[in-house]
Amino acid sequence: MPARVVILGGGVGGTLAANLLRKELGGEANVTVVDSTGMHIYQPGFLYVALDQANALWLARDERTLLRKGVELVVEQATRIDPSRQTVELAHGGTLPYDYLVLATGSRLDRGAVAGYGDTHDFYSFEGALRLREELRRFKGGRILVGVAGIPYKCPPAPVEFVLMLEEYLRKRGIREKSSVTLLSPLGRAFTIESASKLVQPIFDRQGVGLSTFFNVESVDTAKHTVSSLEGETAEYDLLVLVPPHRGAAVIEASGLGDAGGWVPTDRDTLQHKSFERILAIGDATDLPISKSGSTAHFEAPVVASRIASFVRGTAPKTAYGGRVMCFLATGGGRATSLRFDYTHPPVPPKPSRLWHWAKWIFNRAYWVTIPQGRVG
Amino acid sequence: MTLTETEVTRTIDARGMACPGPLLALIGAIRQGQTGDTIAVLSSDAGSKSDIPAWCAKAKHEIVEVVELSGHARFVVRKTH
Repeated sequence: MPARVVILGGGVGGTLAANLLRKELGGEANVTVVDSTGMHIYQPGFLYVALDQANALWLARDERTLLRKGVELVVEQATRIDPSRQTVELAHGGTLPYDYLVLATGSRLDRGAVAGYGDTHDFYSFEGALRLREELRRFKGGRILVGVAGIPYKCPPAPVEFVLMLEEYLRKRGIREKSSVTLLSPLGRAFTIESASKLVQPIFDRQGVGLSTFFNVESVDTAKHTVSSLEGETAEYDLLVLVPPHRGAAVIEASGLGDAGGWVPTDRDTLQHKSFERILAIGDATDLPISKSGSTAHFEAPVVASRIASFVRGTAPKTAYGGRVMCFLATGGGRATSLRFDYTHPPVPPKPSRLWHWAKWIFNRAYWVTIPQGRVG
Repeated sequence: MTLTETEVTRTIDARGMACPGPLLALIGAIRQGQTGDTIAVLSSDAGSKSDIPAWCAKAKHEIVEVVELSGHARFVVRKTH
């Protein structure tokens, strides 16, 4: 009887793991992807939608079209996992049994975790990006603050990219002189990786982008237009854009499989759940203190697929996750740098250049026909 | 005195995880924790030796100990408020 592999989540990690498992195991396994919407969203595009550089339609595809033939897609909300019975319950009734389960459930935005959050703007969701785009189109100048309202959050470079691209946007609109842009950084510098921060800081200085350090957003007062930090400072704004607080998926929390934030306790090398060896996790869903990004999921999925294939065949797993991540950091003005690292090699970002800007541009456009199918190693 | 593993509320192994990095992991754990919790962070990033004390001073949380180990350091921080 074929092994039953159930994958929760049709994002980068879930889709790639499903395709690799189907390719590797063929008829030796039944691979099922469960996704609540059946739509695959390219989240790095939100930034471009918010800044009026891309059409939102570009960001969504039918998940079915990205899965190999033979992978089953169930468009349903998974509501509960029972690791002792090895089953997944679905919202409209029905239960899926599994031999191996992959949690690629991503993260969800939890705006209510910050006091007074209200209708504060963000570029971390489809609707958030569209609403911010409209707000920016109406914007006539003023003080713009960009901050981080919870940790961990997806794509750590995104706030830096956003302020630098926003500065350029305001110049093109002719309202730069009437505006200020300030990044409220959770850290003591602009960006977490010191070498990258040193590349970015001169650009902040040259473009007149402000930086407030050690400002972890704790509360917002939308009536008074102020934002306060857990370090005890308060700042005034005319337009506030925040990275909303993130949590793990509801199904993880409802099943008691996560930590206090809903993140899956995951072994950093094997990507197996620390308590349940038949459950593996990919991407945002894990509790690993590594970038929550599509890139991380992309490099973890082949490890998860290969290890499950070994389990199914009763052979010793040959691969482990080495902490590999690669991402771009746009620095405005048609330039970008890249960040590549793993557990044993810290990043050495190159000077921002047009080359990396175009590499990012090509990657964004080629995503649909390369990444979910495993065509890029 | 050195705290043993069992005396900390939570240990975060951020070795080799350059991004978002050990300090952000610590801030996240402090945000999520209860007053009085002790959080241990393992870091192989040389910058943590200045970053972590600087943030703790600003946010008024207490550094309980810093232990140099092979290829990494272990920082133990108490959430004081």
